[in-house]
Amino acid sequence: MIVEIVDEIAPGQVYAELSHPNSGGICVFVGAVREFTDNEEVKALEFEAYKSMALREMEKIAGEATQKWELNKVVIRHAVGKKEVEEPVVVVGASSAHRDACFEACRYLIDTLKERVPIWKKEIFKNKMVWVSAHP
Amino acid sequence: MEVLLFGIAKDIVGTSSFRFEGGDVVPQSVLELKERLSETFPEFDNLSSLAVAVNSEYADDSKGLNLGDEIAIIPPVSGG
Repeated sequence: MIVEIVDEIAPGQVYAELSHPNSGGICVFVGAVREFTDNEEVKALEFEAYKSMALREMEKIAGEATQKWELNKVVIRHAVGKKEVEEPVVVVGASSAHRDACFEACRYLIDTLKERVPIWKKEIFKNKMVWVSAHP
Repeated sequence: MEVLLFGIAKDIVGTSSFRFEGGDVVPQSVLELKERLSETFPEFDNLSSLAVAVNSEYADDSKGLNLGDEIAIIPPVSGG
């Protein structure tokens, strides 16, 4: 199990991290910076984490996934700092004997991360900055 | 008791942390801390939600607070 908060994400390294002799399936989700939010051009996203708690929550989520599915390897890695359009900001992945387990686990990893891991992103537009999801 | 602030909470209060010392009127529970924040900074009432972590664990409103605790004010998370 690899759980990390880093300054830069290199999505290519995740294959080696998830590879396992008993894993016939490796599933990876990469989240990246999108250029438009509601037709407004995003210049960059800035991520901030409550690092000690975020790592604990990410470890819990990885542990929950290994309870729910038969997984050989799990990776959850999130970036902090300023990220520009097309840059990767999060990578989650799992590997398992067959594909169903790793597909389902991968979705669980990213969906649950978004619900509870204490990480925040600010959208930086041309003329304003907005903390995402802060207001109804 | 150290209180850490993140995301929009940091912007509302204007600092990334503050402390309650022994001589201060220290909030006794998570709910009391939230009420105190809302009174001083009404903008907290406009948020979609507000969570509090005590020593890096999400805590219910009824959770009691101690002077040695590390508290975090957690506005709606938006990782990923």
